[in-house]
Amino acid sequence: MSLLADIFTIVAVTAGLGFFLAGTAGLLRFPDALSRLHALTKADNLGLGLIVLGLVPQAGSLGGALKLVAVWLLALGAGGIAGQMIAQIVNGRGKRAVNGGREG
Amino acid sequence: MNATLDAVLALMLPVMALFSLNARDERSAVIGFMALGLLLALAWVRLGAVDVALTEAAIGALTGVLLLGAASAAVSVAVPRTGSPLLRGLLALAAALVAAGVAVIVAGAPDPAPSLAAAAVAHLGALELGNPVTAVLLAYRALDTLLETVVVLLALIGVWSLAGEGEWRGAPAAPGGTASRPVVLLARLLPPVGLVVAVHLLWVGADAPGGKFQAATLIAAMWLLVLMAGLRAPPELGGARLRGLIAAGPAVFIAIGLAGFLVPGQFLAYPEGWAKAAIIVIEVALTASLAAMLALIVLGPGTGERRT
Repeated sequence: MSLLADIFTIVAVTAGLGFFLAGTAGLLRFPDALSRLHALTKADNLGLGLIVLGLVPQAGSLGGALKLVAVWLLALGAGGIAGQMIAQIVNGRGKRAVNGGREG
Repeated sequence: MNATLDAVLALMLPVMALFSLNARDERSAVIGFMALGLLLALAWVRLGAVDVALTEAAIGALTGVLLLGAASAAVSVAVPRTGSPLLRGLLALAAALVAAGVAVIVAGAPDPAPSLAAAAVAHLGALELGNPVTAVLLAYRALDTLLETVVVLLALIGVWSLAGEGEWRGAPAAPGGTASRPVVLLARLLPPVGLVVAVHLLWVGADAPGGKFQAATLIAAMWLLVLMAGLRAPPELGGARLRGLIAAGPAVFIAIGLAGFLVPGQFLAYPEGWAKAAIIVIEVALTASLAAMLALIVLGPGTGERRT
């Protein structure tokens, strides 16, 4: 049972790290602000979600597991709202800033 | 595994500090400084100083907002290359000497290092506290804590005194300009969670890491969020209730301190058996005052705009 839980943890956390790696690569390499935002929010939502899911069997108690899930939910809300705010600023600035590449 | 984490932290801290110092514009420098603060909080957690980590994260976030505001208001000027090479060399030498002196002292510290930890834990029972940090802050070194809160009050008065003549009683400008809909959503979702966490931090401060400063910063942040979203208007700074709230915390602390003259016979000494009750009263009063003061420092001086 604990072996099964450990395998689940390793698989889920590894998958989550994969999303973080891809998200970071996208953040650094994508050409414009909206695409970079897209990459970043994937890392936040799915990456952190998978890591939290993987760590839940290791939490040891129900309270600990719920705290982990609460961390994910808070990060989800903050990430989604911050993403919307940045996207609004990008749209407000117009196409010049969107195409501004690194300066944007 | 933990050694790897510590090594990454130890490496990242100077890198982040150098980034912040060498940043081209003020805004990047401030963002680097905020990242440095968060890394520093992680370092405090690794050292087992969770109280310090919480304070670093909370105060660091608030300082970051203040610095960002200052950076956006700052006028960029061409920095003149000041000082002759001789002077710069002497300054570098002096800085290196100080660093070397500190390094010698740290490297030569006796092992185990001298510590008052045992003495701090010894009297926890008499105070009915479980957290030695709270005992240091509110019992052994209560005078320091009292002066700290008065310093925050002085800082607020300093901010207020920047207002123009005839404007200082008015409400400060709402932070963040026009609110967008995501901010409004955040300002509706987050404050209930934040306030519960703040009360939890305040209450567990007696036995676990937490306390008034961390709780007050959280409450201040939640209030600022509501103001940023435009759900409430900033208060008028001349209001008697607002000023009463701000003065209440330090006043309660000083009153309990003066009462110490009567019963145990010393300033800031708590009567036997009443230490826990006195500490709780002080913590709650200070939390309310500090939350208001910290938020008002971020809001800035009055602009003379009268709102209904």
